[in-house]
Amino acid sequence: MKNKHIAKAGLISVTLLLSALNSYAASQTMDKIKSSGAVTMGVRESSIPMSYTTGDSRFDGYHVEICRMILGGIKDKLGMNTLRINYQPVTSQNRVPLVQNGTVDIECGTTTNNVSRAKDVGFANTLYVEEVRIAVKANSGINSISQLAGKKIATTTGTTSVQLLRKHEKANGVNFDEVFGKDHADSFLLLESGRADAFVMDGSILAGNIANSKNPKDYKIVGEVLSTEPIAIMVRKDDPEFKAAVNAEIAKIVANGNMPKLWNKWFLSPIPPKNIVVGLELSPATKNAWANLNDKPAEDYNKK
Amino acid sequence: MDLGIFCKSTLDGEVVDHCLSSLIGIGQNTDPSYLDWLMKAWGWTLAVAGLGLVIALSLGAVMGTLRTLPRDSTFNRLLVHLSTAWVELFRNIPILVQVFLWYHVIPAFIPVLKAFPSYLLVSIALGFFTSARIAEQVRAGIQSLPSGQKAAATALGLTTFQSYRYIILPMALRIVIPPLTSESMNLIKNSSVAFAVSVPELTLFAMQAQEETSHGVEIYLAVTVLYALSAFAVNRVMTHIEKRSRIPGFIAPNSEATAH
Repeated sequence: MKNKHIAKAGLISVTLLLSALNSYAASQTMDKIKSSGAVTMGVRESSIPMSYTTGDSRFDGYHVEICRMILGGIKDKLGMNTLRINYQPVTSQNRVPLVQNGTVDIECGTTTNNVSRAKDVGFANTLYVEEVRIAVKANSGINSISQLAGKKIATTTGTTSVQLLRKHEKANGVNFDEVFGKDHADSFLLLESGRADAFVMDGSILAGNIANSKNPKDYKIVGEVLSTEPIAIMVRKDDPEFKAAVNAEIAKIVANGNMPKLWNKWFLSPIPPKNIVVGLELSPATKNAWANLNDKPAEDYNKK
Repeated sequence: MDLGIFCKSTLDGEVVDHCLSSLIGIGQNTDPSYLDWLMKAWGWTLAVAGLGLVIALSLGAVMGTLRTLPRDSTFNRLLVHLSTAWVELFRNIPILVQVFLWYHVIPAFIPVLKAFPSYLLVSIALGFFTSARIAEQVRAGIQSLPSGQKAAATALGLTTFQSYRYIILPMALRIVIPPLTSESMNLIKNSSVAFAVSVPELTLFAMQAQEETSHGVEIYLAVTVLYALSAFAVNRVMTHIEKRSRIPGFIAPNSEATAH
């Protein structure tokens, strides 16, 4: 009887293993990686410190390094000796289409995982939770969003913050005078030159721009968290096997206790190329995401 | 393709009650839909381009005329140099750079400009840029006239101002209507740079709305149609002006084709 049980258990595990192998074999992305010996990683040009160029077509950052670790694990899993990583810079406008059409195998930038995007692409488990905050001049005396009624607020065209401000205006019956920068540097310039009283954007972007400014002490990040958004690594939607493999590697990285070290490296230490310190403390929301790995969209975070 | 996206609210993504209210004016949406926003953005595009066109045409006509003045006095020579400098300055700098100069750099030196709304600064930038090009066309128009016209005006005892006002400009400006049509249409299209300095016009709408809705194809199609429509409307208006102001027997007497 006992032997029979063991045999049965053995059979089940062999079947499971086989089906697991089969499913890997069915993954188009994994097949492509294996046959071509190369993988294309989507990266951002200037999303310091998540994903950015350090010059000479080299890319680095918190998400980029994590992706390199993930791809390293996948390379071992596929039994390959070498895996060439091609970096493909993407923008907010083209990142989703490029992942959809297979130009980019894995996008490691600053993409918010939300319901509407999840219709088109797959998201790996979240490793970074972004909080939308307000940056003001340190001497402005502004400490809360309630003080911003009627004031000029800068934000960047093509980001979710624009819609967030609109919703806030409607919900609280206040009116902001919005000014739109064409990119984050431009929005920060609006704050710097006094054309705007505040800059509402993702906390890491604010911290990065302040760190990069002429006098970082002149600015501070204040007020309540306006919105919480999971930023996740993006993969193709029609390849759940590849997503599962990525998530398995993420689980491994987290289990090895690498995340606090990575955070320290990218957010609290001087980073190339200019050796600036972003100086963004680990938030409880991000810590929570590491403890309970999940791919919940932004909508689930902001339910009240 | 899902054009229904234009009927959705910009706040919560739900379908609004009066989808076409911004087109036919029946009913008011509590929250604006993407169509409402699109129409508003179109309004901004037309406002910026329209204001720019007024500045461009008036300054362009003046500068183009000044460039052809007879160099018979120190004052005239000064005006010729001034207008030449104007043209060379504003046509040798890319339009986007000029917009940034007007928005970020010049107000740093002239503080009063800081109080100007950004759409006004963009209109000035677009107007000055285009005026340089229009000035060259006006100059070409004036110089294409037979020199006998001016000689006849002088022989009649007209002053320089009078000969320009009554003889030269009425002819020259008619000649340059076709290139002016192109310039006016260009101005509508160039007004898309206004998005870079926070004017909520069509290009800014496209960039923002496609990010919010992830329906980039529909959004960009709508914006493309509106740009094309605006430019074509300008073309029709200018053609009409060209036809109405035509003098029988003058320039290409039997050429109906010029109007198309």
